[in-house]
Amino acid sequence: MIETILLTLDATLRVSTPLIFAAFAGMFSERSGVIDISLEGKMLAAAFAAAAVAYTTESAWLGLGAAILVSISLAMLHGVACITFRGNQVVSGVAINILAAGLTMSLGLSWFKQGGQTPLLPDEARFTSIEFPFAEALRDVPVIGGLYSELLSGHNILVYMAFLMVPLAWWILFRTRYGLRLRAVGENPKAVDTAGISVIRLRYSALVFAGVLCGLAGTYISAAHNAQFVRDMTAGQGFIALAALIFGKWRPFPVLGACLLFGLLDAVAVRLQGTELPGIGVIPVQFIEAMPYILTVVLLAGFFGKAVAPKAIGVPYVKER
Amino acid sequence: MKNILFATVLGLTTAASVQAADFKPAVVYDKAGKFDKSFNEAAFEGVKKFQKDFGVEVKEVEPTNEAQVEQGLVKLARRGSNPIVAVGFSQANAVATAAEKFPETQFTLIDMVVDKPNVRSIVFKEHEGSFLVGALAAMKSGTGKVGFIGGMDIPLIRKFGCGFEQGAKYVNPKAEVFSNMIGSTGAAFNNPGKANELAKSQIDSGADVLFAAAGSSGSGVYQAAKDRHKYAIGVDSNQNYIHPGTMLTSMVKRIDVAAYNTWKAAKDGKWASGVEVLGLAENGVDWALDENNRDLVTPEMETKVNQIKADIIAGKITVHDYMSDNSCNY
Repeated sequence: MIETILLTLDATLRVSTPLIFAAFAGMFSERSGVIDISLEGKMLAAAFAAAAVAYTTESAWLGLGAAILVSISLAMLHGVACITFRGNQVVSGVAINILAAGLTMSLGLSWFKQGGQTPLLPDEARFTSIEFPFAEALRDVPVIGGLYSELLSGHNILVYMAFLMVPLAWWILFRTRYGLRLRAVGENPKAVDTAGISVIRLRYSALVFAGVLCGLAGTYISAAHNAQFVRDMTAGQGFIALAALIFGKWRPFPVLGACLLFGLLDAVAVRLQGTELPGIGVIPVQFIEAMPYILTVVLLAGFFGKAVAPKAIGVPYVKER
Repeated sequence: MKNILFATVLGLTTAASVQAADFKPAVVYDKAGKFDKSFNEAAFEGVKKFQKDFGVEVKEVEPTNEAQVEQGLVKLARRGSNPIVAVGFSQANAVATAAEKFPETQFTLIDMVVDKPNVRSIVFKEHEGSFLVGALAAMKSGTGKVGFIGGMDIPLIRKFGCGFEQGAKYVNPKAEVFSNMIGSTGAAFNNPGKANELAKSQIDSGADVLFAAAGSSGSGVYQAAKDRHKYAIGVDSNQNYIHPGTMLTSMVKRIDVAAYNTWKAAKDGKWASGVEVLGLAENGVDWALDENNRDLVTPEMETKVNQIKADIIAGKITVHDYMSDNSCNY
């Protein structure tokens, strides 16, 4: 029983990692007042870049670098469209999603000639799991042994980075001057502008953070959790991350909680499949698949109350003359 | 003089193009794409072989969404391609529509039956091939637990799982067989991440040989097996080469042969409509043994599997087909 719980939690960490990165990317962007529907597209493009570069150079770290660069470029594209030219942020985001889906496919086709997939990455070219010291030796120690060797040890470095990034992001957003300004620019850009701080520059910088984090998420998907890029492999996780962001009301630790909850649901769903529950029988695959969405709607509608977005979100800033 | 020469050249090219126009084979892959290392790639193998053997170009269409499937079929038919091979169950409706619009064009549909006078339907006895790899899995397993991971939850995929389960239980009646499906839409064939998680969950529950029938998602299962030092079984194409050492075998579906034969029959004027069922006896399905998995399969295992294969062909073992009654009671 304890074993099952531990394994489920272990899977939860693996499944929630890309959600955490992506949701925090969204948090930086949206806290600064820029809607980020393009989390999905940035992750997908990053996943492709990571797999492609890691395969060619046989270095996972170069893959990560490339993923971050590509993801930042897309974020900058988003910035140019909706910060500089004041375009509609949702439209720009959707456009980036479509661009990423099409571009990864076409480039993959012409570079690797494998129908839009990248070749399988050898172990040297991906982030493999790290075993903590003494993990094997401590495995049989009751409770703590299981916790240490099963739950904490044996993940790849990106998983640990995701969890270390959370307090760091919190510190940046809530304990630094930069963070205060970033949050202010999402609530009341005019006040920030009046104080003599550039709204435009702040929003661009927020998008750079979003780009870096989406790059990490994409790399995790294609070069750590999996070992190749397959088209559309982000499979809607960018949107789940967006839901987690709203669910967590744009606050770091609640957002982390929402990501872990969605991850847990997924991990439980995987284990529930095909097993018989007393009194209910075998639960159909379709129901299990729909669970995270049903739960989001029910929880959001019924229990957690209204999620209030940053006030200036979605509104391009126009400096009055 | 110049005019005559020109006319001759023109005449020659027309003659050549008429000849080519007589026979224009084509293929429409399904959404997973030509290089899924599995189902579609098997069809592509047939294309390559046919082009090499007869020097005739096979036109290929790779749709990326539902709507493009029918467009692709219609476009090929309009341009005179004949016969057109449609790969995959998901093309059934599109083939039915296109076959009505172009009654002169011959369509060959793989993996599904469409009853039209100009459609040839080729289906496979996947349950027989899966039975064999199930038997192998049970022989190889040290824990007595094996797992099946399917792509989209449809009867065709359950057919693989059901055959696998029967094979495993035939060898070891006490074997425990886990079975999971990745999802209920076509996207399930393109989701290696979910497949990877399902595989890890089965491995955590004790399974040490996993069989995936999941198109491109399969790579997630094979990767999980490799990372955890367990065994995986490939599907459709021979996938033993993907991770030599942990790929126990592959359940091969000879889609290449089916497609090849269809074009060859059409070329010889012998193409006929109707339903063709390919099983072990017709070499339509099989298990794969090559240098990549030679060391994993002991001579005893090989003898035993081939005995089972002979028994199935001889009718001594009957393998229940999930699709015959949509249940796996055997």
